[in-house]
This record gives sequence, structure tokens and C-alpha cells, in this order.
Amino acid sequence: MESNDQPEKYVISKGVDAFFISVHDIFRFIARFFREVLRPPLEVKEFIRQCYMIGYKSLALITLTGFITGLVFTKQSRPSLAEFGATSWLPSLISIAVIRALAPLVTALICAGKVGSGIGAELASMKVTEQIDAMEVSAINPFKYLVVTRIMACTVCLPLLMAYTALVGMMGSYLDIHLNEQTSITAFFNKAFNDIAFLDLFASLTKALTYGFTIGVVSCYLGYNATQGTTGVGKAANVSVVVSMFLIFIEEIIIVQIVNSIR
Amino acid sequence: MKSFTPEIDYDNTVISIGDLYKSFGTNHVLRGVDLKLHKGENIVVLGRSGTGKSVLIKIIAGLLKPDAGTVNVLGEEVPQLGPIALRELRMKVGFCFQNGALYDSMTVGENLAFPLKRNEPNMKAEQRNKLVDIVLDAVGLSHTIDQMPAELSGGQRKRIGIGRTLILRPEIMLYDEPTAGLDPITCTEINNLINEVQRRFKTSSIIITHDLTCARATGDEIAVMKEGKFIKQGKFDEVFTDNDELIREFYDYNFTQ
Repeated sequence: MESNDQPEKYVISKGVDAFFISVHDIFRFIARFFREVLRPPLEVKEFIRQCYMIGYKSLALITLTGFITGLVFTKQSRPSLAEFGATSWLPSLISIAVIRALAPLVTALICAGKVGSGIGAELASMKVTEQIDAMEVSAINPFKYLVVTRIMACTVCLPLLMAYTALVGMMGSYLDIHLNEQTSITAFFNKAFNDIAFLDLFASLTKALTYGFTIGVVSCYLGYNATQGTTGVGKAANVSVVVSMFLIFIEEIIIVQIVNSIR
Repeated sequence: MKSFTPEIDYDNTVISIGDLYKSFGTNHVLRGVDLKLHKGENIVVLGRSGTGKSVLIKIIAGLLKPDAGTVNVLGEEVPQLGPIALRELRMKVGFCFQNGALYDSMTVGENLAFPLKRNEPNMKAEQRNKLVDIVLDAVGLSHTIDQMPAELSGGQRKRIGIGRTLILRPEIMLYDEPTAGLDPITCTEINNLINEVQRRFKTSSIIITHDLTCARATGDEIAVMKEGKFIKQGKFDEVFTDNDELIREFYDYNFTQ
């Protein structure tokens, strides 16, 4: 290979041009996802396999973190409410906190770390070892098989995992309340769901769907377009987590603003 | 040297490349490549690393788009094909990657069955398994059917890679550095396998290599590439008895490594 002596020309600068090209590429990537998602053949088996990998394989971690989150949040809130003799409000407070904010956010952050890095590394590894090219030349559509299934699985599994996180979080909270106030589980859940509105559930579902889609798109995009050999694999995994988490927080702010304006 | 006389149809061109150019940024990789592959023929593209050999076959397989020039494969202009037409063409063009590119998460048997499952969904499992057995037998690795790619040696991975390509019964085979990184005995096995594929499956092939032994063993014609273009084409002995300084330099370089 030879290079000529002419320097490359940039519209603004190398970095800024690269940023806008990446943004453009990501939108094209998302557009391709929507074009391919309903086009046959539907990759049902691979989708189920990915749901198992993303959903079922995350359950242990989600159970532990969700339970501890609920338990610790209750323990932290108790002294403040006890000052006003309002510990009976704990179930309502916890349920609002868990369902509106903690469950979607904790689930998304855990999945961004565990699932996002996994998908980023797996696809990047397939890319640098030419496995994706091998699919392409075997007349197989690798985007449909690898990307669409993973984004779909993330989008479907996140709401389910979020519901599960909310449940185990509430159970963690119940454990603390039961040990201190001897409240029955029925009374706890009656009080907990008294102050939960449909909008809360809808907002949480929207958040989980958005976060799941974000994690899927970011990690698949970075893995699928990985370069630089094995260094690229580590970079794809790392950047998948960082960018997913960053976008999740941005989306959290936007969704909360929208929901609060509706409320 | 081959132990058989290949049946080459010089009136039937399966790949025709004309005035092909490809650059990556300021790197001019291909600079006016012309090539014709006839039915039943094995052409070896020989050249040092970075001369654009792999880029050439990736353009033929439609993995890269050329900047200029024509790439006609089995009567189709590859750069102008849409995704569906390109997929149909790829069923007839097999591509063997340098490291096999086996799917890590699948067993050897699943690796071979995967292209069939995707491209011939109506094929019965029994028939598919039979084809897998036939191809594994052809590459001499029947015993590895349940093994994972990580358990295979470099040579075995390449042979399975060739097998996976063969399972779709392609008319054209593109080999990217089939003997790179292998010991001399395994190289000979791979060279014999390439010849056996040509004889048994009547394929036409382009073999990308920098290995002169591979070139001599498998090529019906040799095309030497330097700085993005062919500097010499012909039979092995014609090319390497020449006094051309560039050719001698490459020959000496190869045998002093």
C-alpha cells in the first residue's frame, strides 16, 4: 500500500467530523434495524436464545442488587420518617421510589454493565475474527441474525427484569419493615400500591423499553463496527458500557420531565 | 505439482476484472487490476503483505466496494448488485478466510450446518446431517464433528473453514492465505485439499498467498501483485524463470524467510 502526499481534508476538524459521521452512522444503524425487524425470516430461535442470555442469566445479579436496594433504601429512610412519627408511610414511600425511579434505573445500569459489555465484546470479537464477514459471504444476513435479535431481546427483557427488580426490591423493603413493625405482607403491599398510579407504571415501562433499546443499539453498533483487532474488542465492551450509562441518565431526565409535565 | 490435469474451459470466463481501483483514505491499495478466471482454473495471486491481495478478493465477494473498474462474477456486475441479488450470487462463490472464521459458539457440525439451515430452510435435518458428514469426510475431519472451534488446531480450523464453504456447493472458491501460519506438513495437506476441491467439486479458484510452495502446488496460473497491480502473469515456471528484478526479489525474499 502506498500513500500520496496530499493531506486529508476535513469540514471542521478530524475529531468533530468523526463525531458527526458516527452520529449519522448510528441513525442509519437504527433505521436499518427498523427496516429489518419485521422482514422475514424472523429469527425466533436466536431471539429466544438471546432473551435467555440477557434475561435469565441476569436474574441472579438483579435479585441481589434489587433486594439490597430495597432493604437499604428502607433502612436509610426510616430515621427521617421516624422523626415525624411517620414510619407507617414507609411502604408508600418505598413503592413510589422503587417503581418510579430505582427499579428502571438500577436494572438499566446493571444491564448496561453486564449485557452491554457482553454484547459489545461478543460482536466485536466476531468482527475482528471475520466471523461476521463469514456470515455475509455464506449468504446469511448477519445484521438480522446478530443485531436485530440482540436489540429486540434487550428491549423485551429490560421491562421484565425491571418488574422483577421492583418485586425483589419491595421484598427487601418488606423484610426490614416486617422486622421493625411486624407488618403483614398483605398490609405492606396494600399500603405500597395505594399511591401508585397508572402513570407511574406506564412511565416505568416506557423507561425500561427505552433503556433496553438504548443498551441494545449502543452495544450492537460498537461491537458490529469494531476495528483495531483485539484492542477493538476491549474498547467496544468498555465504550458500550460508558455510552449506554450516559444515555440512560440523559433519557431518565427527559422522561421524568415529560411525565412530570403530564402528572 | 498437481497429480491430475485440471479441466479448464478457456472459453468460459467466470470472473472478469477490469481496471480496478480501490483506496482507503490516502492509501491507494489497488491501482488498475485486470484479471480473468476461467472455469475450472486455479489462479494464485502472489504478493507480499499489504499489496492489496485480500482487498481484491473481498471486492470480488462484495464485502468491499471498488472506487472504479468492473467486477463481473458469473455474469453479474458485483458492485451494482442489490442485497438480495448479492446474497444469491454468494451462494455460488465460496470464501475461505485466513483463520477459518469459524463461529466460536457453535460446534464443528453446527458450523457446517449453519449456512444450509439459513439458505435452505426446507431441507430436512437428515439430509443436512448427511451433507455435513460428506463434507467433513472430504476435508478429512469427520471425528471433529462435536468439537468446538477452540479445540481445533490452526490447520484443522482452515480445513473446516474450507468445508463450511463447500457445503453450499459453490462454483468459485476464494482462498485468503490458506497456508499462512501453518507448519510445512500442514501446508502440504491444505495444498492437497485445495487441489482435491478443484478436482472433485469442479470449482474455479483464486488463491491469495505469499507462499511460493502453495503457489506452485495449487496454481494453474500465477499473478504476481506489487503495489496494487499485477506485474507478471503466467505459469509458475514462466513467471519465476524470468530475469525481472522485481520477481527475483520476491522469490529471494520468500525463500530467505
